[in-house]
Amino acid sequence: MRTNTALRNLDMPMAGYDKPESRAACKISATNLNFYYGSFQALHGISIDVYANRVTAFIGPSGCGKSTFLRTLNRMNETVRSSRLEGKVRLDGEDIHELEVSEVRRRVGMVFQKSNPFPKSIFENVAYGPRVNGYGSKSALRDTVEQSLRRAALWEGVKGKLHDSAYSLSGGQQQRLCIARALAVDPEVLLLDEPCSALDPIATAKIEDLIFRLKDSCTIVIVTHNMQQAARVADYTGFFLLGRLIEFDSTTSIFKAPARKETEDYVTGRFG
Amino acid sequence: MKSFHNTRRKVVNVVMLSLTGVCTLIAAGTLVFILSYLFIHGVRSLNWEFLTKLPTPVGETGGGMANAIIGSAKLLFLAMVVGIPIGFLGGVYLAEFAGTTTSFVLRYTTDLLNGVPSIVIGIFAYTLIVLPQHHFSTFAGGVALGIMMIPIAVRSSAEFLRAVPGSLREGAMALGASKTKALLTVVIPAAKNGIMTGILLNLARVAGETAPLLFTSFSNRYWSPGWDQPTAALPVMIFTYAVAPYDDWHQQAWSAGFVLLALVLAVNITARLILSKRGPVAH
Repeated sequence: MRTNTALRNLDMPMAGYDKPESRAACKISATNLNFYYGSFQALHGISIDVYANRVTAFIGPSGCGKSTFLRTLNRMNETVRSSRLEGKVRLDGEDIHELEVSEVRRRVGMVFQKSNPFPKSIFENVAYGPRVNGYGSKSALRDTVEQSLRRAALWEGVKGKLHDSAYSLSGGQQQRLCIARALAVDPEVLLLDEPCSALDPIATAKIEDLIFRLKDSCTIVIVTHNMQQAARVADYTGFFLLGRLIEFDSTTSIFKAPARKETEDYVTGRFG
Repeated sequence: MKSFHNTRRKVVNVVMLSLTGVCTLIAAGTLVFILSYLFIHGVRSLNWEFLTKLPTPVGETGGGMANAIIGSAKLLFLAMVVGIPIGFLGGVYLAEFAGTTTSFVLRYTTDLLNGVPSIVIGIFAYTLIVLPQHHFSTFAGGVALGIMMIPIAVRSSAEFLRAVPGSLREGAMALGASKTKALLTVVIPAAKNGIMTGILLNLARVAGETAPLLFTSFSNRYWSPGWDQPTAALPVMIFTYAVAPYDDWHQQAWSAGFVLLALVLAVNITARLILSKRGPVAH
């Protein structure tokens, strides 16, 4: 029943959106995005600017469309049969649907909810992206792998066993390996789809620490179920509900002074 | 009343338990019986000569089935050359590219082809190869066995490819790999061991086929050089020797059966070993 209250004003203009961001440039901007799985509309008119070198978090209850939205940013949703997208997504001002899909995915990396290392060695996992995108000599590849593992704070733990199977790592290490794998193609944006949902608090803390350090070199968008996590890592937070972006603002505003009743209900734990 | 119900339940329980137990025993016992019977009879006349010599003319004792052992190996090699590429690539298509309708039709046809009696496959190869060439050949036999392998090779390859979690595909594609590239570099390597196991079990299955060979590779009491002449094969030799009216031929049929079974078992065990080494694919 509370959900009904929350839904009452769903089609009001989104709150908080017109606040200018003075220091950071806009990295990704989505305009009027509608997304359909067959006849089901999963996203309703999403418009948002994601700022460069900031961490942007999307929160909201299950099935609210936050992951679907994340997957439109690197065109992963195209792989879903009978899906359809309306609206525009721009990366540095360029329409991502006019770029080569492989270029989009190289520039916009993604880490998934469940760590998905390939059944290959640790080295081969990280080297996969550079290899597929066809750059680097053998020694350059070794350097890239080391750099990426260092950036993912995994190098010290695995430098002696680069040729062991990726499955020999713990869950948290596997997820950091997936982050290293995504970093190896030097993406401008990193999309994280609930990267900690299967991890214990210590592994989660390590990933959050990593996110904090990575935002110097890339723009980070993270989907999370965990509101404390959004509050800890994100500069900006967007609240999704039933396929709509209800409110998008600085994380402080979202958690301390939400403009919309639905957001307040959600962040104070009254539903969701 | 209550105690009556309890007694009834206990009786039903005991009866059903013994019934299922007896049936299991029959199922497993049949295999044990066949294995031990074949072992006892087969080992008796199994010797070096059997493995290395040609069959002797009727009336002379001794001799062996070296030509049939080599013949079977050649036939199986040809069967793999024919069956594996078609089966594997068909399986890739079925698992990765076929739409709902195509996939249904493909599954249905492979199931039907699998159900076609092996003797009919033999006649098919006979019509296709033996008739135009006017002679039996190793080639025709190999093709017949290869055709027998196709349906299961298609289905097992497709099943193992489908068992590769979608998250691995997504992971590869999120790094900029195309669908084909992801398939070649991640999905097929992940399914490799399973696919190989399926093919080996399939090979073991056709190794014992007799009917498709009767019209194709026929038989031969001598060596069969090349691929163009009729050849002896273990299953056909077992049949010929078992129905002959000579005691020492019966003995040799037992030995041939034992050798064939040993080969099939070896292939089976290899296949299981490969499968058990399969990487811990995350599900």
